[in-house]
Amino acid sequence: MSKIIVITSGKGGVGKTTTSASIATGLAKRGHKTVVIDFDVGLRNLDLIMNCERRVVYDFVNVINGEATLNQALIKDKHTDKLHILPASQTRDKEALTKEGVEKVLNELAETFEYIVCDSPAGIEHGALMALYYADEAIVVTNPEVSSVRDSDRILGILQSKSRRAEMGLDPVKEHLLLTRYSPERVIKGEMLSVQDVEEILAVPLLGVIPESQAVLTASNQGVPVIHDDLSDAGQAYQDAVARLLGEEREHRFLDIQKKGFFSRVFGGKA
Amino acid sequence: MPQATADLFASPCLQFKGSMVPLTTLELLYFDPEKFSQALQEKIRQAPNLFKNLPLVLSLDKFAEDINDLNFLQIRELCSAQNLQLIGVRATDPTQIAAAESAGLAVLQPSRGRQDNTEEPSQNLQKEPQQESQQEPQASPEAAPQVESPDKEVLDSAAPANGQTANRIIRTPIRSGQQVYAPGGDLIVMAPVSAGAEILADGNIHVYGPLRGRALAGVRGNTEAMVFCQSLEAELVSIAGQYKISEDLQGNHWKKPSLLKLEDDRLVIREL
Repeated sequence: MSKIIVITSGKGGVGKTTTSASIATGLAKRGHKTVVIDFDVGLRNLDLIMNCERRVVYDFVNVINGEATLNQALIKDKHTDKLHILPASQTRDKEALTKEGVEKVLNELAETFEYIVCDSPAGIEHGALMALYYADEAIVVTNPEVSSVRDSDRILGILQSKSRRAEMGLDPVKEHLLLTRYSPERVIKGEMLSVQDVEEILAVPLLGVIPESQAVLTASNQGVPVIHDDLSDAGQAYQDAVARLLGEEREHRFLDIQKKGFFSRVFGGKA
Repeated sequence: MPQATADLFASPCLQFKGSMVPLTTLELLYFDPEKFSQALQEKIRQAPNLFKNLPLVLSLDKFAEDINDLNFLQIRELCSAQNLQLIGVRATDPTQIAAAESAGLAVLQPSRGRQDNTEEPSQNLQKEPQQESQQEPQASPEAAPQVESPDKEVLDSAAPANGQTANRIIRTPIRSGQQVYAPGGDLIVMAPVSAGAEILADGNIHVYGPLRGRALAGVRGNTEAMVFCQSLEAELVSIAGQYKISEDLQGNHWKKPSLLKLEDDRLVIREL
């Protein structure tokens, strides 16, 4: 039984694509056959983060329109054995995603893959709605600041009213909160909302807290999802999040300033 | 001619007044003259006094056959044979209206369903919503009422299915951008109400959680309505049109269990 997980946020630039790449990689590394789909038609980025942009021939929209088969469009990840990427089209717009077309592709993917990770575009328009419509679970990526939290709240409302599960009266979409770019130093200075603040406002179970880290930027630029970076705090935090997604109990880390360990991790991550 | 009578004759001899008269609606599902008479007899036998000369309005909302084949005169005669007075038909279709008129029946509006309850709730109507007639329970849950929200995003109705009450209970968080309305009753929310969400009720509003969005109670003018919440952090609270915005609410009661009500037409906050 395959599971469809949407990575969404409402707001842009909070780390959806980074999270999609890392969560999908993490699931595959744990032995689950996983595909990650870029729903950001027209602004495709996932292929860059996954360093496969030079191998894109056909894309998601080609498959929907029947111009290519799924096997022609799927790109096998170089780093991780059980991971495939379905890139978005850069030359089309979001309207190319039809409900029927998306459903057809998801159904076909469900025959081979255990996890289907959908990287949602920002906003609450058509593209984002298509990404979340068929979801079984949702990871809501949030930065610890008020506008991001507000937008996450909005998207949570949409998940529970406009998804297929909501429309058909099935069990609701399972919600997870992933707090990214978290900086304990700035929380103490009062410049950032704390984990407790965000949890209190959104009332969604916390999947993980990804600390603000140089390693994330480095990883994006190199096209290697940060979860591969075992030495970095962000990489470890994503590994914890994947473990929790698979039902393991893990204590939340990187919530407090850890002077000694913190610097060694940053330098370790760069090495 | 006595003076009083003369005065009387000086004024117009009639006047029109609007009034609500309870009427019994006869809902026709399909028409078969024999079965129709039998069913009527059966009903009357159960309560002969109640049905004696009872005025009836024929409703065809649930009529399954071709309405144009209906003979209103025949139905009317079958009714009067049982001492029932068919006085009107609820219809919109021009052919039906013509047929009803030629049978000497009044034409009334069909029972209004969904649209009827979607009146703009923020309008401050001074009267309680009127019932159309006694036979129509107001605001049945399925007719209930999804308020037009900017993007028509409304939670599923959690109203009880038995139609006994129009209260609405919501157990999941109400998120930014969502709007939930309890027409004709109280709204009970057993979860947080987020900033950017809007909750409305004709009656009271109870929030067992933080109230961070907008809460409007007594939207049809019920000045007795109140708002209860476990933590007052609202963007706006309104009762029967009298409102306070967040700035005015941030006093001693902010983030505390509170009760808001009208006193002398002013919105006041009390400790809960």
